Amino acid sequence: MNGPGDRPILAVHLAILLLLLVLQFVLPPFQQGMLVRIMVFATYAIGYNVLLGYTGLMSLGHAMFFAAGMYATGLAVYYLGAGPGAGFALGLLASVILATIIGAITLRTSGVSFLIATMMFAQVIYVTTLYFSRITGGDQGLVLTGRLRPLHLAGHHLSLAAPAVRYNAALIVFALAFLLSLWLARSPVGRVLVAVRENEDRTRMLGYNTTAYKLFALAASGGIAGMAGCTYTLLFSYLGSSFASILYSIYPLLWTLLGGAGTTIGPLAGTALMTYAIDIASGLTDSYLIVVGVALVLIIMKFPAGVAGSVRAKWLGWLP
Amino acid sequence: MAALTPILETIALRRAFGGLVAVQPVDFRLNHGEIRGIIGPNGAGKTTLVSMICGRIRPSSGRIVFRQRDITRLRADERVSLGIVYTFQLVSVFKSLTAYENVAVAAQRRLLASPGNYLRLNRQMVTRHVRAAFADVGLHGIDARPAGALPYGHQRLLEIAMALALRPRVLALDEPTQGLAPQEVDALGALIRSMAGSVAVLLIEHNMRFVLDLSHSVTVMDRGSIIAQGTPQEVERNPVVQRVYLGLPC
Repeated sequence: MNGPGDRPILAVHLAILLLLLVLQFVLPPFQQGMLVRIMVFATYAIGYNVLLGYTGLMSLGHAMFFAAGMYATGLAVYYLGAGPGAGFALGLLASVILATIIGAITLRTSGVSFLIATMMFAQVIYVTTLYFSRITGGDQGLVLTGRLRPLHLAGHHLSLAAPAVRYNAALIVFALAFLLSLWLARSPVGRVLVAVRENEDRTRMLGYNTTAYKLFALAASGGIAGMAGCTYTLLFSYLGSSFASILYSIYPLLWTLLGGAGTTIGPLAGTALMTYAIDIASGLTDSYLIVVGVALVLIIMKFPAGVAGSVRAKWLGWLP
Repeated sequence: MAALTPILETIALRRAFGGLVAVQPVDFRLNHGEIRGIIGPNGAGKTTLVSMICGRIRPSSGRIVFRQRDITRLRADERVSLGIVYTFQLVSVFKSLTAYENVAVAAQRRLLASPGNYLRLNRQMVTRHVRAAFADVGLHGIDARPAGALPYGHQRLLEIAMALALRPRVLALDEPTQGLAPQEVDALGALIRSMAGSVAVLLIEHNMRFVLDLSHSVTVMDRGSIIAQGTPQEVERNPVVQRVYLGLPC
Protein backbone atom coordinates (compact mmCIF):
# COMPACT_ATOMS: atom_id res chain seq x y z
CA MET A 1 0.00 0.00 0.00
CA ASN A 2 1.25 3.50 -0.46
CA GLY A 3 2.66 5.40 2.50
CA PRO A 4 6.08 5.68 4.04
CA GLY A 5 6.90 2.12 2.96
CA ASP A 6 7.74 -1.12 4.72
CA ARG A 7 10.51 -0.10 7.09
CA PRO A 8 8.75 2.02 9.73
CA ILE A 9 5.79 -0.36 9.77
CA LEU A 10 7.99 -3.38 10.34
CA ALA A 11 10.04 -1.42 12.88
CA VAL A 12 6.96 -0.60 14.99
CA HIS A 13 5.87 -4.23 15.07
CA LEU A 14 9.34 -5.57 15.87
CA ALA A 15 9.71 -2.97 18.62
CA ILE A 16 6.51 -4.24 20.25
CA LEU A 17 7.82 -7.82 20.12
CA LEU A 18 11.16 -6.69 21.51
CA LEU A 19 9.38 -4.92 24.37
CA LEU A 20 7.49 -8.12 25.21
CA LEU A 21 10.78 -10.05 25.10
CA VAL A 22 12.49 -7.66 27.50
CA LEU A 23 9.55 -7.37 29.92
CA GLN A 24 10.16 -10.90 31.25
CA PHE A 25 13.47 -9.76 32.75
CA VAL A 26 11.89 -6.73 34.38
CA LEU A 27 8.49 -7.77 35.64
CA PRO A 28 7.77 -9.70 38.85
CA PRO A 29 6.51 -13.29 38.42
CA PHE A 30 2.83 -12.46 38.90
CA GLN A 31 2.92 -9.83 36.18
CA GLN A 32 4.74 -12.26 33.91
CA GLY A 33 1.90 -14.71 34.39
CA MET A 34 -0.56 -11.99 33.44
CA LEU A 35 1.39 -11.27 30.29
CA VAL A 36 1.37 -14.94 29.29
CA ARG A 37 -2.42 -14.89 29.44
CA ILE A 38 -2.52 -11.58 27.59
CA MET A 39 -0.27 -12.88 24.81
CA VAL A 40 -2.33 -16.05 24.38
CA PHE A 41 -5.62 -14.18 24.36
CA ALA A 42 -4.19 -11.45 22.12
CA THR A 43 -3.39 -14.23 19.65
CA TYR A 44 -7.02 -15.24 19.90
CA ALA A 45 -8.07 -11.61 19.28
CA ILE A 46 -5.72 -11.35 16.28
CA GLY A 47 -7.52 -14.30 14.77
CA TYR A 48 -10.87 -12.70 15.48
CA ASN A 49 -9.69 -9.41 13.97
CA VAL A 50 -8.85 -11.07 10.64
CA LEU A 51 -12.56 -11.73 10.25
CA LEU A 52 -14.12 -8.67 11.91
CA GLY A 53 -11.51 -6.02 11.26
CA TYR A 54 -10.27 -6.91 7.81
CA THR A 55 -13.22 -8.74 6.26
CA GLY A 56 -16.10 -7.03 8.04
CA LEU A 57 -17.82 -10.18 9.31
CA MET A 58 -18.91 -10.18 12.94
CA SER A 59 -18.98 -13.62 14.50
CA LEU A 60 -20.35 -14.43 17.92
CA GLY A 61 -19.12 -17.99 17.89
CA HIS A 62 -15.36 -17.87 17.84
CA ALA A 63 -15.18 -19.80 21.11
CA MET A 64 -15.85 -22.93 19.03
CA PHE A 65 -12.59 -22.44 17.14
CA PHE A 66 -10.65 -21.65 20.31
CA ALA A 67 -12.25 -24.73 21.89
CA ALA A 68 -11.51 -26.88 18.83
CA GLY A 69 -7.83 -26.11 19.25
CA MET A 70 -7.99 -26.58 22.99
CA TYR A 71 -9.88 -29.89 22.96
CA ALA A 72 -8.07 -31.47 20.03
CA THR A 73 -4.74 -30.69 21.64
CA GLY A 74 -5.77 -31.40 25.22
CA LEU A 75 -7.61 -34.65 24.56
CA ALA A 76 -4.75 -35.94 22.40
CA VAL A 77 -2.35 -35.23 25.24
CA TYR A 78 -4.66 -36.65 27.92
CA TYR A 79 -5.78 -39.84 26.21
CA LEU A 80 -3.20 -40.54 23.52
CA GLY A 81 -0.11 -39.25 25.28
CA ALA A 82 0.67 -36.89 22.44
CA GLY A 83 3.64 -34.57 22.85
CA PRO A 84 3.32 -30.79 22.72
CA GLY A 85 4.31 -30.54 19.05
CA ALA A 86 1.91 -33.20 17.80
CA GLY A 87 -0.84 -31.86 20.05
CA PHE A 88 -0.37 -28.36 18.71
CA ALA A 89 -0.45 -29.52 15.08
CA LEU A 90 -3.58 -31.56 15.73
CA GLY A 91 -5.34 -28.63 17.42
CA LEU A 92 -4.46 -26.25 14.61
CA LEU A 93 -5.72 -28.72 12.02
CA ALA A 94 -8.96 -29.31 13.93
CA SER A 95 -9.76 -25.62 14.20
CA VAL A 96 -9.03 -24.91 10.53
CA ILE A 97 -11.22 -27.83 9.44
CA LEU A 98 -14.03 -26.77 11.77
CA ALA A 99 -13.82 -23.15 10.58
CA THR A 100 -13.96 -24.26 6.94
CA ILE A 101 -17.03 -26.41 7.52
CA ILE A 102 -18.79 -23.78 9.64
CA GLY A 103 -17.88 -21.15 7.04
CA ALA A 104 -19.29 -23.20 4.17
CA ILE A 105 -22.61 -23.24 6.02
CA THR A 106 -22.80 -19.85 7.73
CA LEU A 107 -21.37 -17.70 4.92
CA ARG A 108 -24.65 -18.13 3.09
CA THR A 109 -25.80 -15.49 5.55
CA SER A 110 -24.39 -12.06 6.32
CA GLY A 111 -24.75 -9.30 8.87
CA VAL A 112 -26.86 -10.11 11.91
CA SER A 113 -27.87 -13.49 10.52
CA PHE A 114 -24.22 -14.47 10.31
CA LEU A 115 -23.72 -13.40 13.90
CA ILE A 116 -26.64 -15.53 15.06
CA ALA A 117 -25.71 -18.52 12.89
CA THR A 118 -22.15 -18.60 14.27
CA MET A 119 -23.49 -18.20 17.81
CA MET A 120 -25.81 -21.17 17.36
CA PHE A 121 -23.06 -23.45 16.09
CA ALA A 122 -20.81 -22.37 18.94
CA GLN A 123 -23.58 -23.24 21.41
CA VAL A 124 -23.83 -26.70 19.82
CA ILE A 125 -20.12 -27.21 20.35
CA TYR A 126 -20.38 -25.92 23.93
CA VAL A 127 -23.28 -28.23 24.78
CA THR A 128 -21.40 -31.11 23.12
CA THR A 129 -18.45 -30.62 25.46
CA LEU A 130 -20.86 -30.81 28.39
CA TYR A 131 -22.80 -33.78 27.04
CA PHE A 132 -19.70 -35.93 26.66
CA SER A 133 -18.40 -34.93 30.06
CA ARG A 134 -17.13 -38.47 30.74
CA ILE A 135 -14.55 -37.81 28.05
CA THR A 136 -14.11 -34.06 28.21
CA GLY A 137 -14.49 -33.55 31.94
CA GLY A 138 -17.35 -31.16 31.21
CA ASP A 139 -17.48 -28.13 33.49
CA GLN A 140 -14.72 -29.45 35.68
CA GLY A 141 -12.44 -29.90 32.74
CA LEU A 142 -9.29 -31.97 32.61
CA VAL A 143 -5.90 -31.27 34.11
CA LEU A 144 -2.98 -32.31 31.95
CA THR A 145 -0.34 -31.97 34.66
CA GLY A 146 1.77 -35.14 34.77
CA ARG A 147 0.56 -36.29 31.36
CA LEU A 148 2.10 -33.59 29.23
CA ARG A 149 5.58 -34.58 28.13
CA PRO A 150 8.24 -31.87 28.06
CA LEU A 151 9.11 -30.17 24.82
CA HIS A 152 12.23 -31.57 23.15
CA LEU A 153 14.16 -28.79 21.58
CA ALA A 154 17.75 -29.05 20.37
CA GLY A 155 18.62 -31.68 22.96
CA HIS A 156 16.94 -29.81 25.82
CA HIS A 157 13.89 -31.00 27.72
CA LEU A 158 11.74 -27.97 28.35
CA SER A 159 8.80 -28.21 30.74
CA LEU A 160 6.04 -25.94 29.51
CA ALA A 161 5.04 -25.31 33.12
CA ALA A 162 8.36 -23.60 33.86
CA PRO A 163 7.71 -19.84 33.96
CA ALA A 164 10.49 -18.85 31.55
CA VAL A 165 9.55 -21.54 29.03
CA ARG A 166 5.89 -20.69 29.30
CA TYR A 167 6.52 -16.98 28.76
CA ASN A 168 8.68 -17.45 25.70
CA ALA A 169 6.43 -20.11 24.20
CA ALA A 170 3.51 -17.70 24.48
CA LEU A 171 5.65 -14.95 22.98
CA ILE A 172 6.63 -17.11 20.01
CA VAL A 173 3.03 -18.06 19.25
CA PHE A 174 1.93 -14.46 19.64
CA ALA A 175 4.75 -13.18 17.42
CA LEU A 176 3.77 -15.71 14.78
CA ALA A 177 0.15 -14.57 14.73
CA PHE A 178 1.13 -10.89 15.00
CA LEU A 179 3.49 -10.96 12.02
CA LEU A 180 1.15 -13.21 10.06
CA SER A 181 -1.66 -10.68 10.47
CA LEU A 182 0.67 -7.84 9.47
CA TRP A 183 1.70 -9.70 6.36
CA LEU A 184 -1.88 -10.63 5.52
CA ALA A 185 -3.08 -7.03 5.98
CA ARG A 186 -0.51 -5.80 3.48
CA SER A 187 -0.80 -8.67 1.02
CA PRO A 188 -2.86 -8.66 -2.19
CA VAL A 189 -5.33 -10.99 -0.48
CA GLY A 190 -5.65 -8.58 2.46
CA ARG A 191 -6.43 -5.79 0.01
CA VAL A 192 -9.31 -7.85 -1.38
CA LEU A 193 -10.59 -8.67 2.13
CA VAL A 194 -10.71 -4.96 2.97
CA ALA A 195 -12.55 -4.33 -0.29
CA VAL A 196 -15.09 -7.01 0.69
CA ARG A 197 -15.49 -5.29 4.06
CA GLU A 198 -16.12 -1.93 2.37
CA ASN A 199 -18.48 -3.11 -0.38
CA GLU A 200 -18.88 -6.76 -1.24
CA ASP A 201 -21.03 -6.27 -4.33
CA ARG A 202 -18.53 -3.84 -5.81
CA THR A 203 -15.68 -6.22 -5.09
CA ARG A 204 -17.49 -9.03 -6.87
CA MET A 205 -17.89 -6.78 -9.91
CA LEU A 206 -14.13 -6.26 -9.89
CA GLY A 207 -13.80 -9.95 -10.66
CA TYR A 208 -13.30 -11.48 -7.22
CA ASN A 209 -15.11 -14.55 -5.95
CA THR A 210 -15.96 -12.85 -2.68
CA THR A 211 -17.46 -15.98 -1.12
CA ALA A 212 -14.16 -17.81 -1.55
CA TYR A 213 -12.27 -14.89 -0.01
CA LYS A 214 -14.63 -14.79 2.97
CA LEU A 215 -14.22 -18.53 3.45
CA PHE A 216 -10.45 -18.12 3.39
CA ALA A 217 -10.72 -15.31 5.96
CA LEU A 218 -12.87 -17.45 8.24
CA ALA A 219 -10.51 -20.43 7.96
CA ALA A 220 -7.50 -18.23 8.74
CA SER A 221 -9.35 -16.50 11.55
CA GLY A 222 -10.53 -19.80 13.05
CA GLY A 223 -7.06 -21.29 12.63
CA ILE A 224 -5.37 -18.47 14.54
CA ALA A 225 -8.07 -18.61 17.24
CA GLY A 226 -7.52 -22.37 17.44
CA MET A 227 -3.78 -21.85 17.71
CA ALA A 228 -4.46 -19.72 20.80
CA GLY A 229 -6.63 -22.52 22.20
CA CYS A 230 -3.87 -25.11 21.67
CA THR A 231 -1.35 -22.82 23.32
CA TYR A 232 -3.58 -22.15 26.31
CA THR A 233 -4.14 -25.82 27.05
CA LEU A 234 -0.43 -26.63 26.67
CA LEU A 235 0.82 -23.74 28.81
CA PHE A 236 -1.78 -23.95 31.58
CA SER A 237 -2.24 -27.75 31.45
CA TYR A 238 -5.97 -27.38 31.53
CA LEU A 239 -9.02 -27.63 29.30
CA GLY A 240 -12.62 -26.99 30.24
CA SER A 241 -15.98 -26.26 28.71
CA SER A 242 -16.10 -22.70 30.03
CA PHE A 243 -13.70 -21.82 27.21
CA ALA A 244 -16.35 -22.97 24.74
CA SER A 245 -19.06 -20.86 26.34
CA ILE A 246 -20.51 -17.71 24.82
CA LEU A 247 -18.45 -15.54 27.15
CA TYR A 248 -15.36 -16.63 25.24
CA SER A 249 -17.06 -15.64 22.00
CA ILE A 250 -17.81 -12.20 23.40
CA TYR A 251 -14.31 -11.58 24.79
CA PRO A 252 -12.42 -11.50 21.46
CA LEU A 253 -15.08 -9.19 20.03
CA LEU A 254 -14.60 -6.90 22.99
CA TRP A 255 -10.80 -7.02 22.92
CA THR A 256 -10.77 -6.31 19.20
CA LEU A 257 -13.22 -3.42 19.36
CA LEU A 258 -11.48 -1.90 22.37
CA GLY A 259 -8.06 -2.11 20.73
CA GLY A 260 -9.27 -1.15 17.27
CA ALA A 261 -10.80 -3.45 14.67
CA GLY A 262 -8.91 -3.51 11.40
CA THR A 263 -5.57 -2.58 12.97
CA THR A 264 -2.72 -5.02 13.51
CA ILE A 265 -1.83 -3.67 16.95
CA GLY A 266 -5.40 -3.28 18.21
CA PRO A 267 -5.95 -6.87 19.41
CA LEU A 268 -2.89 -6.75 21.69
CA ALA A 269 -3.78 -3.29 23.02
CA GLY A 270 -7.40 -4.26 23.66
CA THR A 271 -6.58 -7.59 25.32
CA ALA A 272 -3.97 -6.01 27.60
CA LEU A 273 -6.26 -3.14 28.66
CA MET A 274 -9.22 -5.41 29.27
CA THR A 275 -7.25 -8.03 31.17
CA TYR A 276 -5.81 -5.44 33.53
CA ALA A 277 -9.19 -3.72 33.91
CA ILE A 278 -10.82 -7.01 34.90
CA ASP A 279 -7.93 -7.86 37.19
CA ILE A 280 -8.32 -4.58 39.05
CA ALA A 281 -12.13 -4.77 39.10
CA SER A 282 -12.20 -8.35 40.37
CA GLY A 283 -10.11 -7.19 43.33
CA LEU A 284 -12.88 -4.74 44.17
CA THR A 285 -16.05 -6.67 43.44
CA ASP A 286 -17.29 -10.14 42.60
CA SER A 287 -19.52 -8.82 39.84
CA TYR A 288 -16.54 -7.82 37.76
CA LEU A 289 -18.36 -8.75 34.55
CA ILE A 290 -20.11 -5.41 34.86
CA VAL A 291 -16.77 -3.91 33.85
CA VAL A 292 -16.96 -5.90 30.62
CA GLY A 293 -20.45 -4.62 29.98
CA VAL A 294 -19.66 -0.99 30.74
CA ALA A 295 -16.55 -1.18 28.56
CA LEU A 296 -18.55 -2.51 25.63
CA VAL A 297 -21.15 0.24 25.91
CA LEU A 298 -18.50 2.96 26.24
CA ILE A 299 -16.50 1.72 23.26
CA ILE A 300 -19.51 1.61 20.99
CA MET A 301 -20.69 5.06 22.05
CA LYS A 302 -17.43 6.97 22.36
CA PHE A 303 -14.59 5.18 20.57
CA PRO A 304 -15.90 3.19 17.64
CA ALA A 305 -12.38 3.09 16.18
CA GLY A 306 -10.78 1.69 19.37
CA VAL A 307 -7.36 2.57 20.79
CA ALA A 308 -5.16 1.76 17.80
CA GLY A 309 -7.84 2.99 15.41
CA SER A 310 -7.88 6.39 17.12
CA VAL A 311 -4.08 6.57 17.13
CA ARG A 312 -4.09 5.82 13.43
CA ALA A 313 -6.76 8.39 12.70
CA LYS A 314 -5.03 11.11 14.74
CA TRP A 315 -1.30 10.61 14.27
CA LEU A 316 -0.11 7.60 12.35
CA GLY A 317 -2.19 7.25 9.22
CA TRP A 318 0.23 4.72 7.77
CA LEU A 319 -0.29 2.08 10.47
CA PRO A 320 -1.72 -1.07 8.87
CA MET B 1 -16.02 -1.07 -37.30
CA ALA B 2 -18.42 -4.00 -37.24
CA ALA B 3 -16.79 -7.40 -37.44
CA LEU B 4 -18.46 -10.48 -38.89
CA THR B 5 -19.00 -12.22 -35.60
CA PRO B 6 -20.27 -10.19 -32.65
CA ILE B 7 -18.21 -10.13 -29.46
CA LEU B 8 -21.37 -10.63 -27.42
CA GLU B 9 -24.76 -12.04 -28.23
CA THR B 10 -27.91 -12.82 -26.28
CA ILE B 11 -30.36 -15.41 -27.54
CA ALA B 12 -33.98 -15.14 -26.37
CA LEU B 13 -32.75 -13.72 -23.08
CA ARG B 14 -35.64 -13.20 -20.70
CA ARG B 15 -36.14 -12.21 -17.11
CA ALA B 16 -39.30 -12.19 -15.03
CA PHE B 17 -39.61 -10.95 -11.45
CA GLY B 18 -42.57 -12.95 -10.21
CA GLY B 19 -45.38 -12.14 -12.64
CA LEU B 20 -43.66 -9.03 -13.98
CA VAL B 21 -41.67 -9.65 -17.14
CA ALA B 22 -38.83 -7.12 -16.98
CA VAL B 23 -37.15 -8.30 -20.15
CA GLN B 24 -39.05 -10.13 -22.91
CA PRO B 25 -37.04 -12.70 -24.88
CA VAL B 26 -34.36 -10.45 -26.37
CA ASP B 27 -31.85 -11.13 -29.14
CA PHE B 28 -29.08 -8.60 -28.80
CA ARG B 29 -25.73 -8.40 -30.58
CA LEU B 30 -22.75 -6.26 -29.74
CA ASN B 31 -19.85 -5.87 -32.17
CA HIS B 32 -16.13 -5.61 -31.42
CA GLY B 33 -15.05 -2.15 -30.38
CA GLU B 34 -18.33 -0.36 -31.02
CA ILE B 35 -20.10 2.15 -28.83
CA ARG B 36 -23.65 1.01 -28.39
CA GLY B 37 -26.20 3.28 -26.78
CA ILE B 38 -29.12 1.68 -24.99
CA ILE B 39 -32.00 4.06 -24.43
CA GLY B 40 -35.61 3.83 -23.38
CA PRO B 41 -38.00 5.17 -20.81
CA ASN B 42 -37.70 4.27 -17.11
CA GLY B 43 -38.61 0.66 -16.50
CA ALA B 44 -37.87 -0.33 -20.09
CA GLY B 45 -35.57 -3.11 -18.90
CA LYS B 46 -32.23 -1.56 -19.90
CA THR B 47 -30.46 -2.11 -16.60
CA THR B 48 -31.98 -5.58 -16.22
CA LEU B 49 -30.70 -6.60 -19.65
CA VAL B 50 -27.20 -5.28 -18.99
CA SER B 51 -27.21 -6.80 -15.50
CA MET B 52 -27.93 -10.22 -17.02
CA ILE B 53 -25.09 -9.73 -19.49
CA CYS B 54 -22.73 -8.88 -16.62
CA GLY B 55 -23.98 -11.68 -14.38
CA ARG B 56 -25.46 -9.58 -11.60
CA ILE B 57 -28.92 -11.00 -12.35
CA ARG B 58 -29.62 -14.55 -13.49
CA PRO B 59 -31.84 -14.80 -16.59
CA SER B 60 -35.12 -16.69 -16.34
CA SER B 61 -34.38 -18.25 -19.71
CA GLY B 62 -32.23 -17.75 -22.78
CA ARG B 63 -28.51 -17.75 -23.41
CA ILE B 64 -25.58 -15.35 -23.45
CA VAL B 65 -22.64 -15.98 -25.75
CA PHE B 66 -19.37 -14.09 -25.39
CA ARG B 67 -16.64 -14.64 -27.99
CA GLN B 68 -18.32 -17.86 -29.14
CA ARG B 69 -18.51 -19.18 -25.62
CA ASP B 70 -21.73 -19.76 -23.66
CA ILE B 71 -21.37 -17.77 -20.44
CA THR B 72 -24.97 -18.01 -19.23
CA ARG B 73 -23.97 -20.08 -16.19
CA LEU B 74 -20.86 -18.14 -15.24
CA ARG B 75 -20.72 -16.05 -12.06
CA ALA B 76 -20.29 -12.28 -12.35
CA ASP B 77 -16.69 -12.41 -11.12
CA GLU B 78 -15.83 -15.05 -13.73
CA ARG B 79 -17.27 -12.84 -16.45
CA VAL B 80 -15.16 -9.94 -15.24
CA SER B 81 -12.11 -12.15 -15.67
CA LEU B 82 -13.18 -12.75 -19.27
CA GLY B 83 -13.43 -8.99 -19.80
CA ILE B 84 -17.07 -8.06 -19.19
CA VAL B 85 -16.95 -5.12 -16.82
CA TYR B 86 -19.81 -3.16 -15.29
CA THR B 87 -19.82 0.26 -13.64
CA PHE B 88 -22.65 0.97 -11.29
CA GLN B 89 -25.49 3.40 -11.85
CA LEU B 90 -24.68 5.20 -8.61
CA VAL B 91 -21.04 5.91 -7.91
CA SER B 92 -19.83 3.06 -5.75
CA VAL B 93 -16.15 3.53 -5.14
CA PHE B 94 -14.70 2.26 -1.84
CA LYS B 95 -15.26 5.56 -0.06
CA SER B 96 -13.00 5.08 2.95
CA LEU B 97 -10.09 3.68 0.95
CA THR B 98 -7.65 5.95 -0.85
CA ALA B 99 -7.99 6.58 -4.57
CA TYR B 100 -4.83 4.56 -5.10
CA GLU B 101 -6.20 1.56 -3.20
CA ASN B 102 -9.44 1.72 -5.17
CA VAL B 103 -7.65 1.32 -8.47
CA ALA B 104 -5.10 -1.11 -6.98
CA VAL B 105 -7.84 -3.58 -6.02
CA ALA B 106 -8.94 -3.57 -9.65
CA ALA B 107 -5.43 -3.53 -11.13
CA GLN B 108 -4.18 -6.50 -9.12
CA ARG B 109 -7.08 -8.66 -10.31
CA ARG B 110 -5.36 -9.64 -13.54
CA LEU B 111 -2.02 -10.04 -11.82
CA LEU B 112 -3.61 -12.55 -9.45
CA ALA B 113 -4.41 -14.80 -12.39
CA SER B 114 -1.13 -16.58 -11.61
CA PRO B 115 -1.47 -18.21 -8.18
CA GLY B 116 2.11 -17.45 -7.11
CA ASN B 117 1.15 -13.79 -6.93
CA TYR B 118 -1.31 -14.43 -4.09
CA LEU B 119 1.53 -14.49 -1.60
CA ARG B 120 3.25 -11.38 -2.77
CA LEU B 121 2.64 -9.12 -5.71
CA ASN B 122 5.32 -7.02 -7.24
CA ARG B 123 4.27 -3.66 -5.80
CA GLN B 124 5.93 -1.69 -8.59
CA MET B 125 3.91 -3.63 -11.09
CA VAL B 126 0.62 -2.81 -9.34
CA THR B 127 1.65 0.84 -9.09
CA ARG B 128 2.50 0.94 -12.79
CA HIS B 129 -0.95 -0.34 -13.68
CA VAL B 130 -2.60 2.11 -11.29
CA ARG B 131 -0.65 5.00 -12.87
CA ALA B 132 -1.69 3.89 -16.34
CA ALA B 133 -5.37 3.77 -15.32
CA PHE B 134 -5.15 7.22 -13.71
CA ALA B 135 -3.49 8.58 -16.85
CA ASP B 136 -6.22 7.06 -19.06
CA VAL B 137 -8.92 9.07 -17.30
CA GLY B 138 -6.75 12.11 -16.61
CA LEU B 139 -6.67 11.95 -12.81
CA HIS B 140 -3.46 13.06 -11.11
CA GLY B 141 -2.19 13.77 -7.62
CA ILE B 142 -5.09 12.20 -5.76
CA ASP B 143 -3.44 8.90 -4.74
CA ALA B 144 -3.61 9.35 -0.99
CA ARG B 145 -7.03 11.02 -0.79
CA PRO B 146 -9.94 8.94 0.51
CA ALA B 147 -12.18 8.27 -2.48
CA GLY B 148 -15.24 9.48 -0.60
CA ALA B 149 -13.65 12.92 -0.16
CA LEU B 150 -13.16 13.48 -3.90
CA PRO B 151 -15.57 15.69 -5.87
CA TYR B 152 -18.38 13.72 -7.46
CA GLY B 153 -17.03 14.05 -10.99
CA HIS B 154 -13.66 12.69 -9.87
CA GLN B 155 -15.36 9.74 -8.18
CA ARG B 156 -16.98 8.94 -11.53
CA LEU B 157 -13.62 9.11 -13.28
CA LEU B 158 -12.08 7.01 -10.50
CA GLU B 159 -14.74 4.42 -11.10
CA ILE B 160 -13.94 4.36 -14.82
CA ALA B 161 -10.23 4.12 -14.00
CA MET B 162 -11.06 1.03 -11.89
CA ALA B 163 -12.97 -0.42 -14.82
CA LEU B 164 -10.14 0.29 -17.26
CA ALA B 165 -7.60 -1.27 -14.90
CA LEU B 166 -9.50 -4.52 -15.40
CA ARG B 167 -8.70 -4.31 -19.15
CA PRO B 168 -12.29 -4.82 -20.33
CA ARG B 169 -13.35 -6.12 -23.72
CA VAL B 170 -16.93 -5.09 -23.03
CA LEU B 171 -17.54 -2.14 -20.72
CA ALA B 172 -21.06 -1.45 -19.52
CA LEU B 173 -21.56 2.12 -18.28
CA ASP B 174 -24.84 2.60 -16.46
CA GLU B 175 -25.85 6.27 -16.70
CA PRO B 176 -22.31 7.64 -16.48
CA THR B 177 -23.27 11.30 -16.99
CA GLN B 178 -25.64 11.37 -14.05
CA GLY B 179 -24.66 14.18 -11.69
CA LEU B 180 -21.84 15.52 -13.85
CA ALA B 181 -21.34 19.17 -14.81
CA PRO B 182 -21.60 20.00 -18.55
CA GLN B 183 -17.84 20.28 -19.13
CA GLU B 184 -17.32 17.00 -17.25
CA VAL B 185 -19.84 15.37 -19.55
CA ASP B 186 -17.84 16.56 -22.56
CA ALA B 187 -14.61 15.17 -21.08
CA LEU B 188 -16.31 11.86 -20.37
CA GLY B 189 -17.55 11.72 -23.96
CA ALA B 190 -14.03 12.23 -25.27
CA LEU B 191 -12.78 9.52 -22.92
CA ILE B 192 -15.38 7.01 -24.09
CA ARG B 193 -14.64 7.84 -27.72
CA SER B 194 -10.96 7.19 -27.13
CA MET B 195 -11.72 3.75 -25.71
CA ALA B 196 -13.78 2.61 -28.69
CA GLY B 197 -11.98 0.31 -31.07
CA SER B 198 -10.29 -1.65 -28.31
CA VAL B 199 -13.32 -1.86 -26.02
CA ALA B 200 -16.97 -2.42 -26.88
CA VAL B 201 -18.93 0.07 -24.81
CA LEU B 202 -22.51 -0.47 -23.68
CA LEU B 203 -23.87 2.91 -22.80
CA ILE B 204 -27.10 3.12 -20.83
CA GLU B 205 -28.08 6.79 -20.82
CA HIS B 206 -30.91 9.23 -20.44
CA ASN B 207 -28.91 12.15 -21.81
CA MET B 208 -30.06 11.87 -25.45
CA ARG B 209 -27.60 14.34 -26.96
CA PHE B 210 -24.74 12.46 -25.29
CA VAL B 211 -25.86 9.05 -26.58
CA LEU B 212 -26.67 10.17 -30.09
CA ASP B 213 -23.36 12.05 -30.42
CA LEU B 214 -21.26 9.20 -29.16
CA SER B 215 -22.82 5.94 -30.26
CA HIS B 216 -22.08 4.05 -33.45
CA SER B 217 -25.47 2.42 -33.09
CA VAL B 218 -28.38 2.70 -30.70
CA THR B 219 -30.77 0.12 -29.28
CA VAL B 220 -34.13 1.39 -28.06
CA MET B 221 -36.03 -0.58 -25.42
CA ASP B 222 -39.56 -0.22 -24.17
CA ARG B 223 -41.49 -2.48 -21.79
CA GLY B 224 -38.85 -5.16 -21.84
CA SER B 225 -38.44 -5.39 -25.61
CA ILE B 226 -36.14 -3.95 -28.23
CA ILE B 227 -38.36 -1.70 -30.32
CA ALA B 228 -35.78 -0.17 -32.62
CA GLN B 229 -32.13 -0.46 -33.53
CA GLY B 230 -29.85 1.42 -35.90
CA THR B 231 -27.57 4.38 -36.35
CA PRO B 232 -28.32 7.43 -34.20
CA GLN B 233 -29.85 9.18 -37.23
CA GLU B 234 -32.11 6.24 -38.07
CA VAL B 235 -33.26 5.91 -34.49
CA GLU B 236 -33.94 9.63 -34.17
CA ARG B 237 -36.20 9.53 -37.24
CA ASN B 238 -37.94 6.29 -36.24
CA PRO B 239 -41.67 7.01 -35.69
CA VAL B 240 -42.04 4.26 -33.09
CA VAL B 241 -39.24 5.80 -31.05
CA GLN B 242 -40.76 9.25 -31.37
CA ARG B 243 -44.06 7.88 -30.13
CA VAL B 244 -42.50 6.20 -27.10
CA TYR B 245 -40.45 9.24 -26.19
CA LEU B 246 -42.79 12.07 -27.08
CA GLY B 247 -46.07 10.33 -26.48
CA LEU B 248 -47.25 11.04 -30.03
CA PRO B 249 -50.32 9.11 -31.18
CA CYS B 250 -49.89 6.31 -33.69
